[in-house]
Amino acid sequence: MARLNVNGKTHDVQAEPDTPLLWAIREQIGLTGTKYGCGIAQCGACSVHINGEVMRSCSVPLSSVSATDKIVTIEGLSANASHPVQKAWAEIDVPQCGYCQSGQIMAAAALLAKKPKPTDHDIDEAMTNICRCGTYQRIRAAVHLAAGQTEGNNVPAATVVHRG
Amino acid sequence: MKDTMKHTIASTISRKVSRRKFVVGSAAAGGGLALGMHVPFDIDVANAQGAAGTEVNAWVVVKPDDTCVIRIARSEMGQGTLTGLAQLVAEELECDWKKVATDPVTPGQNLARHRVWGEMGTGGSRGVRISQDYVRRGGAAARIMLMQAAAAKLNVPVGELAVADGVITHAASKRSIRYGEVAADAAKVTPPDPKSITLKDPRTWKIAGQPLKRLDTEPKLDGSKVFTIDITLPGMLCAAIKQCPVFGGKLKSFDEAAIAKRPGFRKVVRVNEAAVAVVADTWWRAKTALDALPIEWDLGANASQSDATIAAHLAEGLDAAGSNGGWGVGDAKKAIDAAAKKVEAVYRTPFLAHATMEPMNCIARVTAEKAEAWAPTQNAEASLAALSEASGLPLNKCEVYRPDLGGGFGRRGGTQDFVHQAVAIAKEFPGTPVKLIWTREEDTAHDFYRPISQCKLTAGLDTDGNLTGLQIRVSGQSINAWLAPTLPVGGPNERQLQGWYQKPDDAQFGYGVPNLQIEYAMRNTHVPVGPWRGVNTNQNAVYLECFMDEVARAANKDPLDFRRGLMARFPKHLAALNAAAEKAEYGKPLPAGVFRGIAQFMGYASYSAAVAEISLSDGKLKVHRLVLALNCGHAVNPGQIAAQVEGSVAYGLTAALYGECPVKDGRMTDLNFDRYQVLRLAEMPKVETIIVPTYDFWGGVGEPTICVTTPAVLNAIQAATGHPVRSLPLKNVKFA
Repeated sequence: MARLNVNGKTHDVQAEPDTPLLWAIREQIGLTGTKYGCGIAQCGACSVHINGEVMRSCSVPLSSVSATDKIVTIEGLSANASHPVQKAWAEIDVPQCGYCQSGQIMAAAALLAKKPKPTDHDIDEAMTNICRCGTYQRIRAAVHLAAGQTEGNNVPAATVVHRG
Repeated sequence: MKDTMKHTIASTISRKVSRRKFVVGSAAAGGGLALGMHVPFDIDVANAQGAAGTEVNAWVVVKPDDTCVIRIARSEMGQGTLTGLAQLVAEELECDWKKVATDPVTPGQNLARHRVWGEMGTGGSRGVRISQDYVRRGGAAARIMLMQAAAAKLNVPVGELAVADGVITHAASKRSIRYGEVAADAAKVTPPDPKSITLKDPRTWKIAGQPLKRLDTEPKLDGSKVFTIDITLPGMLCAAIKQCPVFGGKLKSFDEAAIAKRPGFRKVVRVNEAAVAVVADTWWRAKTALDALPIEWDLGANASQSDATIAAHLAEGLDAAGSNGGWGVGDAKKAIDAAAKKVEAVYRTPFLAHATMEPMNCIARVTAEKAEAWAPTQNAEASLAALSEASGLPLNKCEVYRPDLGGGFGRRGGTQDFVHQAVAIAKEFPGTPVKLIWTREEDTAHDFYRPISQCKLTAGLDTDGNLTGLQIRVSGQSINAWLAPTLPVGGPNERQLQGWYQKPDDAQFGYGVPNLQIEYAMRNTHVPVGPWRGVNTNQNAVYLECFMDEVARAANKDPLDFRRGLMARFPKHLAALNAAAEKAEYGKPLPAGVFRGIAQFMGYASYSAAVAEISLSDGKLKVHRLVLALNCGHAVNPGQIAAQVEGSVAYGLTAALYGECPVKDGRMTDLNFDRYQVLRLAEMPKVETIIVPTYDFWGGVGEPTICVTTPAVLNAIQAATGHPVRSLPLKNVKFA
């Protein structure tokens, strides 16, 4: 059994100590916003915050987490999707299928907590999560927008030329 | 939970089967016009909305608070079809866009109502273009019925009424009435003949044609979006699966006793002749128990297959006598033999996996009386058929619930392997729902891959550098032969020739060459193949468009000018090419070290072109910018079209830079994202989209632009190095 602090609530979890935090969050605690994508910390769909650090929960065994570690999942990032990253994501209409976006948002929130005004290089370094729909251009723009930066917001609107 | 799927699932679970009026039919029944019949009010379907509402017709349910629930029959997997279809219905319905909600119909409902919603398959970039006519008529018919009901209620001629944003106004008496107030009466009005309805001129659209935000974003921001993989049903068990690593191999035996004492363990199930699953109380316990299960496979004869044997098999097809289809004009061989200059090249592209972010999964619950499946599916009717076949129950005792997909890209269409497997496992636990989830490794090891092919191209030039003859011979695997033998296998309409068809309207070859020969040599392998976003336009655009640059170079002509000279008879192809070139300022000098490449192609009834800008420094490629032009006929949502173009660049560049599925000992070797690499944000170029609709056809959006991305980049590399890249992916290419 493991005792976990997730989104400010304490959960006693019945699972083997080598169970990845991801699966305890999904299967025992029942928070399914954190996704399984690869199981080897490559894709980032399982990203959560542990004591403010973004971590890939598929590769964090329960045995390495204690009851005093503060775990935050996408469901606990903010009330009513009010985090600046979530608002920017809505403004720029970032998600396509949406499966990876919990992880993307958690990675972006962790980046902005450390670097409130990130450069494109900072975004390149921090935002390594995989999106197969290819929303990267909008993710970059949304991170800039969440940081209050209009420069670097490089989603060019589609140009429609009517020739009919 | 915020999304309507939850309501649908909840109400479906609690629904009393006896109340449903099923009509036995066949999943293969013809589509027909959706509004061709009077549809009786179905209380159960209306209740599935989660609150009282009146079904005006099959497409539109109006609630007392004026919310218009628009029924969606196509799958949403990120491509935005849900929003686009809702825009088309809402445009004709004249409702308030702010009060639009959507509801996914199920294939069981569709079958029970004589396929009132038409086909549900979502692939081939068809979601909007194939259903646009009948969904618009559905919205218009509902509007007409609401107006008639309002006229009766206000006791005025319907011609004196006007409607906007779901409010019907009688100007003379200064009275107005809302859709929610007349919906119940409207449902009793005799529907108009859909053929009699005049649809709006798309140039006058107010809701459609606008870059509106997606309707389904909100639950994707806070974790509340429910994918199939996220569903937990009461008493549910979980399953993990392993299939024989060698395609075509068989499951010989396993030692259940070795894992029977593991926590949460329930059972080992022989799923089919080639797969074994472990069922446990949680998926993680099922997965780890499966990892520990001793399994013996009969690998079979295919275990001797490898990249080398497959490459040799395809290479033989390049020069073999005879073909499996194609077409031509004039005498290409004779023209090339007589040419002043001859250019020849052989190109190769590998197998590719789809790697949807949500791995394959499915939930099934089977009793003697009913079979249910929850599936991320691109073809819910194929899922229903698979459920019926696997459960042994007739279609009218089956139902499929279809949460939105965590990516599709062609993987989740006709094959339905995940449904067959989940049902086979769930049959071992009658009445208990079982959720099957594949690991990422399983997902990459057992895909229906983008088919491998090779292509030999030969061109003849006269002394002025004019193209006098062109031979194209592609040797590769046929998707139709593997998956759909009822579709053309071989012949001029074989999918392997996509983008090189003689016939117009879909994927037409866009160059006028006096002597042309296009041939397909079918060389199938033991590896399962299927449609992969863009299907064969991807490979064929690389072959043709990169070779066109090689030929232009041999002719000492600019690649754009060379193409333009061949495209007079293909004005739409040419217009897309010109639009991309213009937007990219093709003639303008680039900064030192930056090089440009261009490509055009047609697929899914749409015309695409791209200009890429790249640099190479210290042997490392950087793609800076891609400008893409798309003529998809009508642009239902320019913002979402741009999103699809951006996404297609990422998907296409992933293939160009990294994509390959090597085969060794008959099996796939690169099974997770550490080896099957995917483009990440840092490598994403700036993408600019220009949409050039001509309003005289309906083309697809999700796939057409992917195929021009790679050849534009490769042609820019050719411009930089002077050498063509003829084999993908680029990670294997050394730049000096």
